Amino acid sequence: MNTRARLTDAFLYAALAVFAVVTLVPFAYLLFSAFKSQESFFSFALWPTDGAWWQVDWGGFTVKHFRTLFVDAGVARATANSFFLASVTAVLATLCSAMCGYALAKYRFAGRGVLLWLVLGSLAVPAALLIAPGYQVAYWLGLLDSYAGLILPAMAPAFGVYLFRQAFISSMPDEMIEAARVDGCGEVRLFFTIALPMVRPMVGAFLLITYLATWNNFISPQIILQSQEMLPLSVFVAQLRGPYGTEYGLIMAGTLVAVAPVLVLFLLLQRDFIAGLTAGAVKG
Amino acid sequence: MSRRFRQHPAWVPYFWAGPFLLVFAVFLAYPMLLSVKMAFHQNAGPRVAEYVGTQNFSWMMGDPLFWTAVRNTAVFAAASVFIQLPASLGLALLLNRPQLRARGFWRAIFFAPVLVGLPFVAILAGLVFEKNTGLLNVALHEFTSLEVTLPRKIGGQTLGVPFTFDIEFPWLQSYVMPTLIISAFWMYVGFNMVYFLAALQNVDKSQLEAAEIDGANAWHRFVNVTLPAIRPVASFVVLLSLIGSFQLFELPYLLLQETAGPNNQGLTLVMYLYQQGFDRGDLGYASAVGWVLAIVLFGFAIAQQVYGRLRGADL
Repeated sequence: MNTRARLTDAFLYAALAVFAVVTLVPFAYLLFSAFKSQESFFSFALWPTDGAWWQVDWGGFTVKHFRTLFVDAGVARATANSFFLASVTAVLATLCSAMCGYALAKYRFAGRGVLLWLVLGSLAVPAALLIAPGYQVAYWLGLLDSYAGLILPAMAPAFGVYLFRQAFISSMPDEMIEAARVDGCGEVRLFFTIALPMVRPMVGAFLLITYLATWNNFISPQIILQSQEMLPLSVFVAQLRGPYGTEYGLIMAGTLVAVAPVLVLFLLLQRDFIAGLTAGAVKG
Repeated sequence: MSRRFRQHPAWVPYFWAGPFLLVFAVFLAYPMLLSVKMAFHQNAGPRVAEYVGTQNFSWMMGDPLFWTAVRNTAVFAAASVFIQLPASLGLALLLNRPQLRARGFWRAIFFAPVLVGLPFVAILAGLVFEKNTGLLNVALHEFTSLEVTLPRKIGGQTLGVPFTFDIEFPWLQSYVMPTLIISAFWMYVGFNMVYFLAALQNVDKSQLEAAEIDGANAWHRFVNVTLPAIRPVASFVVLLSLIGSFQLFELPYLLLQETAGPNNQGLTLVMYLYQQGFDRGDLGYASAVGWVLAIVLFGFAIAQQVYGRLRGADL
């Protein structure tokens, strides 16, 4: 290896390392702050020490924020709410859009062109446009302060229909459907046992996209829900800053409770996450 | 072919499309049409609405707050496109180096922040950027605080005067927009990098080699070979980034404790919409703001399509 190549290599790894440190420091800050007492929070930016940085002061750590969160603040309920909302929304939205995408990809029927046009057209509708009229409709239908008011509107993502239509077209040959029909397979069984397994990667990706989008959704629950005990983590953790305004450690502990499940899942399913989220192109 | 072709009953496709269509009609198509009507009404909560013609729009055009929101949103969007996306591309180019080891490891690290989610990034940033105890100012203080003795002439004598040099920014008081830009940068730079990394796989390696043999330097190879190959993906990422940036809400709203910040430094278009619709209860006016935003975004989408056609790219 010549000197120039060595230098380029050194520069490459140095640049990546600097970037990686900048990326990871906020995670470290979150983790340490969640486990630090109020005194050590104010005295140390990251971990508490006795003098030099390598002399970690283990006494500066505490789990009392988590005790307060679970015993007094009711974070367990908020976590359960988030799990429930995200799971139900993900499953229903995936099912709904897979079914419709299947119809568009594999059937010829009157109105198909209009439906496809509607799906593609609504991809251009920004979510923000629906905030005010969506609230009005939820009010008329009596859906305010209910989970139905959050789950139902999220059940028909046009983007999912588009993705599933593409997936069925590209990975399921028409002959397969015909063969199944010849063998006497019913239409419903055909969809669930033959068609759906053929687009499994898309099912996984879309479940993930919807799950994360629901988990991290703030504005819908903020607008629709009122009852304290129904709030998901996004709104719940934001509201901790009212009663516990200056207890920074507690707020970080709440954030950690909300973020940790997603990060753990990411460590397990890294490749699927990156492929799924960018296939979905869902931002924020 | 002796195969007997069996047809499905006519209702089957409608059965599959039915649930989607029903929800789509009630929660997307209808609200969208309704918002056109609502944009010409003034509301006091969801119960009371009064027709006001185009007053919502004329009021908006004369409202300095609206223009503050437009300006802030545009600045944020410009930073996303001109600062964050080039950085994403740069990072992707680094990760695309053939000699790089553990590519998956680096990619995972840079991708991780997007998983934290906007509301939690905002809450975390609220502490990181805090003036006295926040991580960023503490770090700046560590690295920049210097006690120097400056020589100064006082009454004919030269005396040493102690002077403390210290960089500390009141981020959430006076530098709200940089705070938002840095936070969003941290969150999305690795996410957008993945798109560019995928696009870089379309670059023809033999063309790069040929250009190198012909004596083209790295910059010329990038501009003439790499950039044209990734242009379709790049213009798509720019559009996504603009759509996301123009709907910025959670980040400033939660970072600034559910306010627009000092002097409305963090007021964005969607926050303006939210304040009008839910703090003031005028859902009609909020719908009008929504339509102005939607029209701007349609404009971007059309511009991107036209640009793609002109370039002959298939998007």
